[in-house]
Amino acid sequence: MAILGLPEEEYFSYGHRACAGCGAAIALRLITKAAGRNSILVEPTGCMEVISTPYPETAWKLPWVHGAFENPASIASGICAALKVKGREDVNVVAFGGDGSTYDIGFGHLSGAFERGHNFAYICYDNEAYMNTGIQRSGSTPYGAATTTSPAGKKSIGKEVWKKDLVHVLAYHGSPYVATASIGYPTDAYKKIKKAIETKGPTFVNILATCPTGWRTPTEKSVEIAKLAVETGVFPLYEIVDGRHSINMPKDASRLKPVEDYLKAQGRFRHLFKPERNDKAIKYIEERVKENLHRLTQCAEKCF
Amino acid sequence: MIDFEKIKLKVNDKEVTIGAVLESKGSTEKTKTGAWRSKRPVIDYEKCVGCGICWSLCPEGAIKKRPDGKFEINLDYCKGCGICANECPKKSITMIIEEK
Repeated sequence: MAILGLPEEEYFSYGHRACAGCGAAIALRLITKAAGRNSILVEPTGCMEVISTPYPETAWKLPWVHGAFENPASIASGICAALKVKGREDVNVVAFGGDGSTYDIGFGHLSGAFERGHNFAYICYDNEAYMNTGIQRSGSTPYGAATTTSPAGKKSIGKEVWKKDLVHVLAYHGSPYVATASIGYPTDAYKKIKKAIETKGPTFVNILATCPTGWRTPTEKSVEIAKLAVETGVFPLYEIVDGRHSINMPKDASRLKPVEDYLKAQGRFRHLFKPERNDKAIKYIEERVKENLHRLTQCAEKCF
Repeated sequence: MIDFEKIKLKVNDKEVTIGAVLESKGSTEKTKTGAWRSKRPVIDYEKCVGCGICWSLCPEGAIKKRPDGKFEINLDYCKGCGICANECPKKSITMIIEEK
């Protein structure tokens, strides 16, 4: 039975130790639903590893392997090779990690696995900082966000550089399918993850997962903010299939919600508005978001 | 084949398996995380249309479909985040303060 296009069967049990309102836990439910019973999951250290397996308990109802912070892609490569030898290439291999593991620490290994062209899907639940160890800045943290290692103050506006565009980096590895998704749109995210798993070759989905603890947002707003990120154009949803772009959302780049709405909703951007408004930084974010969307639209129109 | 789960090691007087191998069957359900909750969701079944949006967005997976097509929340595991109440298109879920 399917509800809203998602299978009813759960492979990720309740009783896990995620914070209330955890966006990444929603992402995990979607990943396991898309993978299905015939799958092997690989996960590095990170929030979702810690919360799902407090030894001797496990939240997983699927085969699940834990590896060190940097090597989910390497372990997945090994599993793919082993399955090939055993003639069991019908088994889905799905690796997933947080943005710390994907954007920074495991990036070299991920790049290697994509270059070798193993048949696996890599899903990054992107909560935009190292949340498990207490909100440290990562390559994925957005411009202006305050974290414990990029604190906001009189002489700092939080993180001073823009978020890394990992999706395109992996697309240019020659991957047949890369996409971005958001937990605010679960059916869309599910379809993309499923497509990534079904596509032969190394594929990647970056799924935006809100973190109420690190983003300093109320727990009930997790999904609302994940939607807002898309509606304001800060986190556009797009797919790159065999090098061709197509934008799913926002549909109309000229009718977006103001970026300010997204920033104001989160405590990590509070210093941009209080004690006094930092017009320069807000304007810079707005312009960069617009420019990014414009570039994406051009890519989609020119079919590359 | 080596059955890793049958081989037990002693570490700090605790019995553990090699490589921390566990049977995957969702044993975290032994821990009732509902105790974390400070607010409790209550569904008004007059307003609920059974769309399933709350089910798809629950981080716990603690919402289940009933035979009549509407949804119920398993309060043993609900942590009271309030996403379901915030996202319900019919506003049929309200969060009330948990009192014991």
